[in-house]
Amino acid sequence: MTTTEPRTQKMIGASVLRREDRRLLTGAATYLDDLELPGCYEAAFVRSPHAAARIVSIDTSAAAAMPGVLGVWTGADLPEIAKGIPPKVVHPQLRDVPRVPLPADFVKFVGEPVAVVVATSRYVAEDALDLVEVEYDVLPAVSSTGAALAASAPLVHEGAENNIAIHVVQTAGDPAAAMDAAPHRLRERFTVARGGGHSMETRGVAARFDPTTEQLVVWDTTQSPHYVRNTLAYLYDMPEDGIRVVAPPDVGGGFGPKAQFYGEEAVIPWVARLLRNPVKWVEDRRENFVATMMERTQVHDVEIGFDDDGHILAIRNVFEHDQGAYCAGLQVPMITLSTLPGQYRIPNIHTELIACYTNMVPTSSVRGAGRPQAVVAMERMVDRAAEHLGMDPVEFRRRNLVQADEFPYRVGLTFRDGSPLTYDSGNFPLLLEKTLSAFRYEEQRSLQAAARAEGRLVGIGIAAYVEGCGLGPYEGSRYRLLNDGTVLVTLAAAPQGQGYETVYAQIAADALGMDMDLIRVTTGDTSRIPFGQGTFASRNTATAGPATLQAGQEMRGKLLQVAEAMLKTSAASLTIRGNRVEVTDDPTRSVSLRDIAGAANVGKHGITLAPGILPGLETTVYFAPERAAYASGTHAVAVEIDPETGAIDVLRYVIGHDCGNVMNPMLVDGQVLGGFAHGVGNAMYEEPFYDETGQPQSTSYLDYSLPSSMEVPPVELVHIHTPSPLNPLGAKGAGEGGTIPVPAAIANAVEDALRPFGARITSLPITPPKIVDALSTDDLDGTGPWHG
Amino acid sequence: MPDQDEPVWVDTTVNGVRHEEVVDARTTLADFLRGRLRLTGTHVGCEHGVCGACTVIVDGAAVRSCLMLAVQADGAVVETVEGLTDDPGDLTPLQDAFSRHHAVQCGFCTSGFLMSTTAALREGPVTDEAQARDVLSGNICRCTGYTGMVAALLEVGGTRDDH
Repeated sequence: MTTTEPRTQKMIGASVLRREDRRLLTGAATYLDDLELPGCYEAAFVRSPHAAARIVSIDTSAAAAMPGVLGVWTGADLPEIAKGIPPKVVHPQLRDVPRVPLPADFVKFVGEPVAVVVATSRYVAEDALDLVEVEYDVLPAVSSTGAALAASAPLVHEGAENNIAIHVVQTAGDPAAAMDAAPHRLRERFTVARGGGHSMETRGVAARFDPTTEQLVVWDTTQSPHYVRNTLAYLYDMPEDGIRVVAPPDVGGGFGPKAQFYGEEAVIPWVARLLRNPVKWVEDRRENFVATMMERTQVHDVEIGFDDDGHILAIRNVFEHDQGAYCAGLQVPMITLSTLPGQYRIPNIHTELIACYTNMVPTSSVRGAGRPQAVVAMERMVDRAAEHLGMDPVEFRRRNLVQADEFPYRVGLTFRDGSPLTYDSGNFPLLLEKTLSAFRYEEQRSLQAAARAEGRLVGIGIAAYVEGCGLGPYEGSRYRLLNDGTVLVTLAAAPQGQGYETVYAQIAADALGMDMDLIRVTTGDTSRIPFGQGTFASRNTATAGPATLQAGQEMRGKLLQVAEAMLKTSAASLTIRGNRVEVTDDPTRSVSLRDIAGAANVGKHGITLAPGILPGLETTVYFAPERAAYASGTHAVAVEIDPETGAIDVLRYVIGHDCGNVMNPMLVDGQVLGGFAHGVGNAMYEEPFYDETGQPQSTSYLDYSLPSSMEVPPVELVHIHTPSPLNPLGAKGAGEGGTIPVPAAIANAVEDALRPFGARITSLPITPPKIVDALSTDDLDGTGPWHG
Repeated sequence: MPDQDEPVWVDTTVNGVRHEEVVDARTTLADFLRGRLRLTGTHVGCEHGVCGACTVIVDGAAVRSCLMLAVQADGAVVETVEGLTDDPGDLTPLQDAFSRHHAVQCGFCTSGFLMSTTAALREGPVTDEAQARDVLSGNICRCTGYTGMVAALLEVGGTRDDH
């Protein structure tokens, strides 16, 4: 077999500017609502105003009679699709309750769709919404895990004994005995609110049915086109090839909620098929607040046992997880379960999940996905333990970190796929020291001491985390040599701003040994590649990346094999230079990639291929990682509190980050910085409030604060690179690490700032009223309710 | 809702091109630009005037086109992101800086940032980080954390006033 040296200029690892940018900067991008769909009707949904109610009757006649209205359908009108949408991640013990696209009998949360109106425009459709008369028999609702788990709580779903969806306990070692024997034990209860994804583009679906081919084309702002296709095929009882799901080339942010499947996604294509006309629904922001999945609050009751030297002996964490009205998937609480021990060597672990149904919109992954809450539980208790011993919290961490020579490290728990939870690689001590060095930790402590001497409230917080990422089952990449001599790389996964068209072209360029400008990347269309999972869980660089590398290497082999035959050479070495393959020692002998395509792909009708010419140059590789790779990070922050207003001023913030080998440093930094901003929102600003009747109280950006450029402080990044042994790129995930430890780090810093008063912070986000309350409580002696 | 459906004339100049159109009185400027003129670079993110994705320049002022009716632009000069460059092959220094500083990820908010920043730069230079953050604070970005935008604005903000 012919071999050649790889192209000397490596693209992997270079900060290549993005190919996507030009169209995004000039207004030429194509988001879902920009698609040219002439004559497209527009839909709007009637949504429940009640958190729990029986639907007594729905009268759609006045709405249907309105000029411009093409049709109105309730759940009862669409029995064909009245099937449960399968949860994304399940567990044998899950008590699942079917979540149907349009419920006909009961509503379980405010915002649940109960009817759809299709009209000539969205304006008309919304006029008609007002004419749909729905009579409800309102039922008692539960709107917190505490209310759901209370004795004699109203039942979210009839026919059950309680509101528990699943109760899972995982242990390592003998946590009960170890805790009993521990010289020191501390316990606290933390409530951690997790807000929504709040992609700037809301959800949207458009669909067109072609009766001639019987194919349904669905455009969807989804992170997972194949998941949507498979779910639709199941719900519609159609072959999957009859449904083509396309995520438009430009999707305006994802962050988790767009990786889920919603009733609207089943209803819109169905009515487009019924009407034989394109139909579009674009969620408005108010709908987004009530009907798009969010993560919401977990309540953690955590106890840590440790010895005089600061060694953690046992950790016990029991947490309540709000599943919402239905289980869309168990990924979030299962991730929380296994993220608890983090970077620490803990011989005895008890981690326990109680997930319950509530009368609120279902919850699912939002950037960080269950990890920020676990990190709050762990890192806050690490700080408490250090305080208890009078030890520097950094020193306490040093004594407990998993060491660099302990990888692969088995935590002792079980990962959500049933395998032993194993960290593939990392260097937590180095990460900590590099972070502290950049943060200038000792100097910051001196500044803090000086500030305290002046009566100022300055505090320092550290938080470390691990992130299981690069999850299976697989992701694919398909190469094809086009007739013009360029290479098309097709990914199943769809991007929402991550720069796939750029970064996968970089990987392909190195794999092929070709110039990047001869390579184009396309994404998110189920008709172009049959299998795929999607963009979520910081997984694609470590799954689609290796698939792109391997498929590219195979394609290179094929290109060279055909070139060898066409050049009638047995030369030991061929080189791809520009758009030609040449004999390395004699560049005058060469063949163009276009000619290779002509010979191998186009051919001549009825004429036998010449010897050595491969028919049809395409390669497809699905890469299935053995298990999740583990990225890690350590954040350090200094804050100052204004005791009068409760305002938190971030004085300095340093992020230490290890996501293995980096494909494009600029893009990784962008992911980390963007994730950090999301974490800042979680730490100090974002909270989806519901009142006790399950009414959402924060349904606009006037009530729900997204961080602007004024709220996100400057941040300094420090990277280390511990390659993952689980894939040939050595890559891990970078999409969520910036977010994960921010609430814990800032909470640790705030509590450190308030330490002279012994005030406690146990609820996130940390808003000014909570700080003022903590400072003004008369319980400042460390014995009262602040201590759980 | 006959009053809302009442057709009205809008005579407006958008990116240098005069348009005389009949629209429903209740049509927002954002929907007019996007749906009628098919200038889809202006995006609608919240429809309540907070996120700023729909920002356009009307008679020199940055406005939320989701909070303005098309009929209110009658007689006005409107600029959208599509009008920032004459030649689609060119980028303004600000657009170019956005790319080089990775101030763009999903791009949905980008048009609004470009328009509000362009309007601000016409009023005067932006020379320090606090000023840059203040200029950017009227819009929301969920992807980038603003770092790249601050850098891009500082790069071009002190040297040019013809954005």
